[in-house]
Amino acid sequence: MKILIVDDEQDVETLFVQKFRKEIKSKVLEVMFAFSGEEALRLLGAEGSPEVVYVFSDINMPGMTGLELLEKIKSRFSHIQVSMISAYGDRDNYEKAIKSGAKGFFSKPVDFESLKQEIAELLTNK
Amino acid sequence: MKPEKETMSTSELISKITELEEHIGRLTKQAKSDVSKLKDEQNRADEAVNDLKLIQQKLLQQEKLASLGQLTAGIAHEIKNPLNFVNNFSELSMDFIQEIEEELDKLNDSPEKENILELLSDVKSNLHKIKHHGSRADSIVKSMLMHSRGGTGTMAPTNLNDLIREYVNLAFHGMRANKNPINVDIRLELDESLPKINLNAEDFSRVILNLSKNAFDAMRDKIAAKGDTYKSILAVQTQDLGDKVLIVVEDNGPGVPDEIRDKLLMPFFTTKKRTEGTGLGLSITHEIIKTHEGTLEIESEMDQYTRFKITLPKSTT
Repeated sequence: MKILIVDDEQDVETLFVQKFRKEIKSKVLEVMFAFSGEEALRLLGAEGSPEVVYVFSDINMPGMTGLELLEKIKSRFSHIQVSMISAYGDRDNYEKAIKSGAKGFFSKPVDFESLKQEIAELLTNK
Repeated sequence: MKPEKETMSTSELISKITELEEHIGRLTKQAKSDVSKLKDEQNRADEAVNDLKLIQQKLLQQEKLASLGQLTAGIAHEIKNPLNFVNNFSELSMDFIQEIEEELDKLNDSPEKENILELLSDVKSNLHKIKHHGSRADSIVKSMLMHSRGGTGTMAPTNLNDLIREYVNLAFHGMRANKNPINVDIRLELDESLPKINLNAEDFSRVILNLSKNAFDAMRDKIAAKGDTYKSILAVQTQDLGDKVLIVVEDNGPGVPDEIRDKLLMPFFTTKKRTEGTGLGLSITHEIIKTHEGTLEIESEMDQYTRFKITLPKSTT
């Protein structure tokens, strides 16, 4: 299963790769990274019908925000699940995200256990 | 007045003079009262100008505080992100070391293995320290954000006594479940005839929690100093004061020295040991009370009591 993480902080990649080390090593999970909303769309678009089934995106990023990315993904690739990850755990962003079709909303610091659970659920439902 | 004749009798003259004198007297009196009226007016004008100046200063202060608050929130957010990395990576590395140790267990014993395990245990303890201090910084940042942003709840008519019962209890059990629990006699003297008070329950519950927690911490110190002869008591009272309600949170702990009483409400001021307090509890408490248009007073006598008196208006806008 392929997932895409979108965050402008580059160290997020290292963090995710290390956190999901076992899953990645055993090829249960394939993780892609994009450091902006624009790059994320490029990556998804390049694949034609993308294999990515789940996108986790930060909300506050320079350029396209995570919420804008969410709407674009939902309109172009409706089968892809999208969840938001934000340091600003406020109700406003939460409501906007859920309204635009986000599956979940994780606030930073990311609770990797709940994230793992979310991904495990996807794997079993596959 | 009639035209005066050249010849006037003495008595006539005297009566005329008296009349004139009386007239002058009346005028003088009038003038004096006019002057005093003018002085009154001037005083009132002066007072109004003074009030205006005070309000202006207050506004300026509030504006400064508001922008300071925004700045704090901004800084706190900027610090939060790198701090999350510090905490996450240290935690992750601890997990890895755990795994390494498990793998090493499968290898044959040797002096080299012994040495590696020893070093790993040091690295693990260092990572624990990084995580511990990172979490400390994180809790400070969180408090700062809470400070500048305030809660998210809304003002609603609330049963103050119920809120106090719930949160004093919560503070007590929280303290009992944590490090160094102490025995405390909790005495609630709540005026059950209180009407519902308009307040932000989410925020105000923090006031009760903070004050209770402070009392427990202070009394713990006294227990450490005095031993079993001292019985710690936390008393919480509510009272109807007509247009206001009074909440008193009193402990019989060590008391607050005069010289630091004024500093208690300042952000980052703390008497607690380095890692135990953020120094923001009371300043947040004060902030919340102010947003409820209430007041906070601190009374204390060394070795006798510390008393926090909160007044809240019955109806806030």
